[in-house]
Amino acid sequence: MRPQSYSIKSLSIRKFLYILPFMIMLGVFAYYPLYGWVYAFFDYMPPIPLSESPFVGLKWFHSLVENQVKIDQLLKVIQNTFGMSGLSLLFSWLPMIFAIFLTEIKAVRFRKFIQTVTTLPNFISWVLVYSLAFSMFSSEGIVNGMLKQLGLADSPILFLQSSDHVWLTMWMWTTWKALGWSAILYIAAIMGIDDSLYEAAHVDGATRMQVIRHVVLPSMLPTYFVLLMLQIASFLNNGLEQYFVFQNAFNKDHIQVLDLYVYNLAMGGGSYSVSVAISMLKSLISVVLLFSVNGLSKLLRGESIV
Amino acid sequence: MSDSAAELIPHEPERQADRKVKYQAGAADKFITVLIYILFSLFAFVCVYPFYSIIINTISANDISARGEVVFYPKHIQFQNYVDVFKIPGLGTAALVSLGRTVIGTALTVGASAFLGFMFSQEDMWGRKFWYRFTVITMFFNAGIIPWYLTMRSLHLTNNFLAYILPTVVAPFFIILVKTFVESTPKELQQAASIDGAGIMTIFFRVMLPICKPILATVAIFAAVDQWNSFQDTLLLVTDSKLYSLQFILYNYINQASSLSTMVNLQNAGSTAMTSLATKQTTTSIRMTVTIIVVAPILLIYPIFQRFFVKGIMIGAVKG
Repeated sequence: MRPQSYSIKSLSIRKFLYILPFMIMLGVFAYYPLYGWVYAFFDYMPPIPLSESPFVGLKWFHSLVENQVKIDQLLKVIQNTFGMSGLSLLFSWLPMIFAIFLTEIKAVRFRKFIQTVTTLPNFISWVLVYSLAFSMFSSEGIVNGMLKQLGLADSPILFLQSSDHVWLTMWMWTTWKALGWSAILYIAAIMGIDDSLYEAAHVDGATRMQVIRHVVLPSMLPTYFVLLMLQIASFLNNGLEQYFVFQNAFNKDHIQVLDLYVYNLAMGGGSYSVSVAISMLKSLISVVLLFSVNGLSKLLRGESIV
Repeated sequence: MSDSAAELIPHEPERQADRKVKYQAGAADKFITVLIYILFSLFAFVCVYPFYSIIINTISANDISARGEVVFYPKHIQFQNYVDVFKIPGLGTAALVSLGRTVIGTALTVGASAFLGFMFSQEDMWGRKFWYRFTVITMFFNAGIIPWYLTMRSLHLTNNFLAYILPTVVAPFFIILVKTFVESTPKELQQAASIDGAGIMTIFFRVMLPICKPILATVAIFAAVDQWNSFQDTLLLVTDSKLYSLQFILYNYINQASSLSTMVNLQNAGSTAMTSLATKQTTTSIRMTVTIIVVAPILLIYPIFQRFFVKGIMIGAVKG
């Protein structure tokens, strides 16, 4: 009979050994890409392998701001990133309002129907959203067909090629896709409100708006706060897919966010090293943002988010 | 639309009580109610109509559809579009690739999430806290797509079916879902099995897996939708057309179709199969039909599994 402590220790190690293969996979696919950052310090020109590329130190980081043209280019991209992220941040309360008024609907089947239907767009890919957009709004699409049929437009309206209001239309597509789904968390929060709060409000003769203002809204603020903080933390990460599929020669100046710019630089222009340099700065700033909002949350609520 | 006495409070039991109290609803209150119904109906319409309108357009006669006359119901119903569209080279292969990655990828992701979620609930595991953090933190940072692409390439995962599967196997969000679920089950179950002499693997397969079925169903649905919708990995890692997914083919086709029509007008040369396809069909009709084929699986499973999605996000929110 082996000593008890020994067998416990070996069981504990054995359990770890079971998950080790998975941890190695995670290491390869989530951590090893960080090694890709070294490309930012070399003059990497495929097909010449990295090992034969000259080391250039911080050259690419300097090159980002070396002349006015590049500065303007980068500023434009940053402007787009801030514009679109800012717009979502500005309307970040929309899912909360959506949830409040959805739960005000008394006809249960109607409410369920609305909820099911409005969460559907969340589950289709951006390519499909673009495809729907194209089918509806392209020059030979359904909407232009209807407009022509009704005699409202002589020539097709070029909704998708327009360079006007790109930030706004992108925000509208995001909202169309995500609003119903984002509301679910708030609906859960509303369902969790103690009934006695409603009773008390009712006894006090509160009107509907007063109940919303003094009972419902305060109980959702913690959820709102956490989601807002996470949204701030990912301020620079607009994602690639949406902007990639919607980009074209006409709207490019207004649609290029950092993620798309990085992609276009590398895969379109072959400037891998510069692209990695920007990627790297972006990731580092994002981590700083995440720690900041986490600290802010600890300070204000005594709870960390992450 | 509904009796005004019940408007104040959204909870069922109180609604009963309210009717007796005879709550005085003002005109402003009724106005708000009507406004709510109208706004939600409008938004619901905006969410559904694109799908509906494209479906009815694809099954209507193409010339009528092209004139914009199909608005609320199909006219001259035909299904030829759905037959013709499979003549596009590559669509069948792409469907197989998408199906394959969805089935294999989902199975592996669910298996790994179940196992890791269970293992991370084992408090005596060596370095449990560290490894759990090691896993979860990957949700909050990434190296960036280009560094990711460059390292994937160095691992020979370009133009490789495994590139669709391997990176998704260990999925932190799903692991959190399973772990939260496992921790909500009574500890005695595992203890009893352990006293009966069951090893850790036996406990996992015989005790925990059957109990975890509901949460694993949720994970499976999420993972399958993710796999089916995935586009970025094909965009970055695949240039071999045999490995294109449906999403990628659809994207290519949206962009090609427009150039295709101009190309056909400008030159009569080129692939005869493509030219006859373009003349028989309009570019729009092909584009819409492919769209419906790609979105159909989502439209079909979504109403059935909607509650799993909702459950998933709610459990995730507790720990998120």
